[in-house]
Amino acid sequence: MLILMKAKTAMIAGALAAPILATTFAPAPDDHIDGVHLASVSFSYRAAGDFSAGGKPVAGPLREHRLTTDLVIMDHLVTSDEYARCVQDGECPRVAASDSAPNVPVVGVNWHDASSYAAWISRKTGITHRLPTDEEWTLAAGEKASDEAPPLVDPSDPAQAWIARYEAESARSRPNEAAPQPTGTFGTNSKGLKDVAANVWEWTESCFVRATLDDGRERVTNTNCGVRVVEGSHRAYMTDFIRDPKTGGCAQGAPPTNLGFRLVIVRPASMVAPIGRTVAKLLRLI
Amino acid sequence: MLTRRTALMGAAVAALMMTVPAMAGRADELKLPREKVTLVAPPAVHPHEQATKAGPKIVEFKLTVQEKEVVIDDAGTKFWAMTYNGSMPGPMMVLHEGDYMELTLVNPETNSMPHNIDLHSATGALGGGALTKVNPGEQAILRWKATRAGVFIYHCAPEGMIPWHVVSGMHGTVMVLPREGLKDGDGKPLHYDKVFYIGENDLYVPKDEKGKYKTYETLGESYADTTEVMRKLIPTHEVFEGRVGALTGKNALTAKVGETVLIVHSEANRDTRPHLIGGHGDYVWETGKFNNPPQKDLETWFVRGGSAGAALYTFREPGVYAYVNHNLIEAAELGATAHIKVEGKWNDDLMKQISPPGPIPPERVGAADPVAVIR
Repeated sequence: MLILMKAKTAMIAGALAAPILATTFAPAPDDHIDGVHLASVSFSYRAAGDFSAGGKPVAGPLREHRLTTDLVIMDHLVTSDEYARCVQDGECPRVAASDSAPNVPVVGVNWHDASSYAAWISRKTGITHRLPTDEEWTLAAGEKASDEAPPLVDPSDPAQAWIARYEAESARSRPNEAAPQPTGTFGTNSKGLKDVAANVWEWTESCFVRATLDDGRERVTNTNCGVRVVEGSHRAYMTDFIRDPKTGGCAQGAPPTNLGFRLVIVRPASMVAPIGRTVAKLLRLI
Repeated sequence: MLTRRTALMGAAVAALMMTVPAMAGRADELKLPREKVTLVAPPAVHPHEQATKAGPKIVEFKLTVQEKEVVIDDAGTKFWAMTYNGSMPGPMMVLHEGDYMELTLVNPETNSMPHNIDLHSATGALGGGALTKVNPGEQAILRWKATRAGVFIYHCAPEGMIPWHVVSGMHGTVMVLPREGLKDGDGKPLHYDKVFYIGENDLYVPKDEKGKYKTYETLGESYADTTEVMRKLIPTHEVFEGRVGALTGKNALTAKVGETVLIVHSEANRDTRPHLIGGHGDYVWETGKFNNPPQKDLETWFVRGGSAGAALYTFREPGVYAYVNHNLIEAAELGATAHIKVEGKWNDDLMKQISPPGPIPPERVGAADPVAVIR
């Protein structure tokens, strides 16, 4: 509740600060100003990856997390139009949806495509853009984030967990519409982000980790950055060169419908600080 | 306790008793008892006896042709299908060796095309194809004698358009059981608790210049483009029961440890190689004909295009099994995958995880840098 209130306050602050932002970042193209500013607050986060304790699988720890700085993140998913400009500049690979309808999220992109776009838009605007970490995405997703812990595999009877997981995945409601829809079709979440956890899953910067939780300590035993955390209505782990997630063969369950992305906008510290102070002043006036 | 098997047999016997006297008034030289069967859609099969002590009979079936637009994958790809009774494949029809099938083929007036049926299990007249050509608004009745035991394809075979009708969904399976039921190579009886009837279908959907699947106002309009794709021999979809995902997720098949399943697999047009991931074929009639001894302990079996095969398997471990066409490209990329959810108690003797995935011990080849991250 406290978090929600803080988020709302942050949104009001964001709205008030908008005119200031517009003047401060005049050189940036319009479509990259529409980042949502989220204050660094404490939020509930279930660690991504595979965890074990005493040699047995356990759920990822659910803990209170706080980002070290405030977060500015795009309110919309990168659109086909936006991505197409990067393709035209020869900096992003052409993908199947490169030239589809305007104002529709680009899908069918892999982690490398998304990263290429982030590098290109950063150069173009002079403002660092990057994929969010899983923690950042979870904060921004707000009530749309799922902290679902998959059923655990009991080594003495592994089949029970497989069946439970399969049933949980099968029971998930599949989006009625598989094709990406115009920006805003699926509404705006409490943080001001559009189309969160609808039919486009989003790439994050976070790598797959395997960790132990013995002695109350989280010890990462393996990090695989060839597999990234993908976020949406459920969390998934996806090999970084996959553009079209799908099930079949040995893979069971419901895969993400589409793969797309939105970016974190890293304001230069010198600019963020004064804005923060201005916002704080404005808030005191309310 | 009433097992599924006895329930099935009971239903079949009841159906028999009800229909025995219904012969009067027919211009029919055969004085045999009749049974009228209500067909069910795949993967289910209508109730039937596995072995029978009764004498030969006439088993009546009715197939109604339905031309309709269907969705064949999760992306919503639309496809003009031609079907027997509305399903791809058409329903399985079961009878015993020595029985007669009396099949009524109905082509409703709402359809646009002539259709017929070629039954690989029947002898003469192009498998009945030459005697069953029905235009929209017509029906025909064919009787044929089941002289060979096995699982057999049936399909539509209209002149000039045979492959198009077949790959558009007009195929199914007849199962002719030996009167004494199934047997292993030594004459020992074999039983099944249930049948999974899997009809595999290669589909050829035309695309536009942008690579998007095309849709058509009518079945007829799809013909020319579809034929062009067919001639290249590379299917756009390879599916079980007419669509990608027809037997996965909420539609997954189910079984229990200790249960014996007869998996009947048909492909009317193209070769396939069924494989049960994590399981086997205990007894497999690869060519589908029950008077040959079954092969034992198979890993993958070959079903020739234009035939059906049968595999008997008793589940020994619980879990989620994938049943695939083991051309894995066709299984994973084109859709030929089914899942079977099997409940029961895990057997450590058959398999046990001795050590879960974890770091390679230090100093061993491939071990990671011993500095672990603590966060």
